[in-house]
Amino acid sequence: MVRLGYGDKIMVVFIYIFLTLLAFTTFYPFWNSAVISFNTGSDTALGGITFWPREFTLENYGVVLNDTRLLNGFYISVLRTVIGTFLSIVTTSLFAYGMTKRELIGRKYYMIMCIITMYFSGGLIPSFLLIRGLGLMDSFWVFIIPGLISVWNMIIFRTFFSGLPAGLEESAKIDGCGNWGTFFRIILPLSGPVIATLSLFTAVGHWNDWFLPSIYINNENLLPIQTMLKQILNTNIVSDQMANLDSAAQGQLAKMQTVSSKSLSMATMMIATLPIILVYPFVQKYFVKGVLVGSLKE
Amino acid sequence: MSQISVESKPAAKPKKSGSLITRFARQWDIQLMVLPALAMIFVFSYIPMYGVLMAFQDYNIFGGMAESPWVGLKHFKMFFESPEFYTVMRNTIVISLLKFLIGFPAPILLALMLNEIRGMAFKRIVQTVSYLPHFLSWVIVAGFVMSMLSTDNGSLNILMQKLSLIDEPLGFLSIPEYFWTILVTTGVWKEIGFGSIVYLAAIAGVDPHMYEAADMDGASKFRQIFTITLPSIMPVVVIFMILAIGNLLTAGFEDILLLGVNPVLREVSDVIDTYVYRIGIQNTRFSYATAVGLFKAVISVGLLTIANYIARRSGNSLW
Repeated sequence: MVRLGYGDKIMVVFIYIFLTLLAFTTFYPFWNSAVISFNTGSDTALGGITFWPREFTLENYGVVLNDTRLLNGFYISVLRTVIGTFLSIVTTSLFAYGMTKRELIGRKYYMIMCIITMYFSGGLIPSFLLIRGLGLMDSFWVFIIPGLISVWNMIIFRTFFSGLPAGLEESAKIDGCGNWGTFFRIILPLSGPVIATLSLFTAVGHWNDWFLPSIYINNENLLPIQTMLKQILNTNIVSDQMANLDSAAQGQLAKMQTVSSKSLSMATMMIATLPIILVYPFVQKYFVKGVLVGSLKE
Repeated sequence: MSQISVESKPAAKPKKSGSLITRFARQWDIQLMVLPALAMIFVFSYIPMYGVLMAFQDYNIFGGMAESPWVGLKHFKMFFESPEFYTVMRNTIVISLLKFLIGFPAPILLALMLNEIRGMAFKRIVQTVSYLPHFLSWVIVAGFVMSMLSTDNGSLNILMQKLSLIDEPLGFLSIPEYFWTILVTTGVWKEIGFGSIVYLAAIAGVDPHMYEAADMDGASKFRQIFTITLPSIMPVVVIFMILAIGNLLTAGFEDILLLGVNPVLREVSDVIDTYVYRIGIQNTRFSYATAVGLFKAVISVGLLTIANYIARRSGNSLW
């Protein structure tokens, strides 16, 4: 190891300071929002809540968790994430496996057809009119069907499948497996890492989507939690009104004068972030791998 | 992308027996794997592409495209002559340029810094924390920003008051002058860590012997960044730069919709994509909005082509 020169020492010190600041500024908003969600709203309004709650309370969560509409939004989010991810991964990987077959007639044209969609799209309005024309407005399936096949994921799957030893398929064929049997019994069980990575990104996309529901869904019972949260935050910033609550939560609210719209929206935000924070530590190794597969294959 | 064309060539070579139809029928099982997916792509990608033609029509909500009259470039002219044209174009260009100039180099800088860290635990913590915001929805991120900048116990106002920089809390999100700064900072905050992953991987691929040789020659670490690390990762940087240039007219959408809620910000926040959304979805002027969207798409493809042409002359290109 070569000893660092004077200038290099300054640089390293500067880097440590800078990165510490970066980590702090990234972490602080989470921490502060969590703290506000655990502090009484009336006290927060006095200001000065930064690193630690002054008047600790669980009332904010009590109100939010009593709001059946928000719970329903959470349920819709979970449902679309699980169903959407599962169906998308199964159909896209099956598609990708078919595309690895050299004898597939039309393979070259199919591929061109896929790649064109990576560079061109119809844009917002024609897609909106299509969805409306198909009668998918105000239907749960609008979350699942339009994004079912991802060309990008198909290419990553295809690259992965092509890298599997060819002998596997041959021995499966000798044992009497058809192409579908080979795919479900041999190929898929061997594709754990790539399935994990792509499922992660697909699931995060589903969980975080708030915009499409905001234009395709009018029925409040079908709104996912992110779209509801957006409405709550908007009410806050424009008119600073109390978050729109249903009657059960209003009753709860009447008993507790200490909650405010700010403390409530923070509690809602924490609940909507929780699933991501919970799975994050376990999936970190997968997404680093996933990014590299996606970008370096370019 | 190049491997696709290389791989598909041998497919045609071996002579097959039977007509196309019988051969097709014989491989129905693998065709059945791909055809439903292709049908989905056709419906959800190609039909909207055809739908773009309504930019040249006066779209009739009841009759659909078939019964809508063709009007040529009417909607494009209308957009160019509209009072919003100047504001929308200015905001789009300024915001995307700011995002490009600051948001593009930021992850590279972070990767270079992380590479100089020898303490693995510290490095791991910084990485773990800085990747996280990428996985949050824009709603959550906007919620954080609103909370940080709020006049009601907003941490930035608390800090600035403690430092005696201001007397009264400022409503940052209702002051047009601050909007671009907030937007760009938020974007960098969300994506800097995740964006650095690719560059870290590229740096990890640099031959360590080069650093050893440079150490021997007495080059400082600082010097090595510019003479070894940066030139080595240049091909990756160029590819991402081409993609970023192709997206130059995508100034933002979700972030602007969520952070620019306050109507006083319209003057500085309205960009092409949000304009299309407002005019098209909210005011249901479908043909006009499609025309504005198409205008943006055409310029973007042009930018991408030009960027790729320049990159090819320097030896790196997408296609």
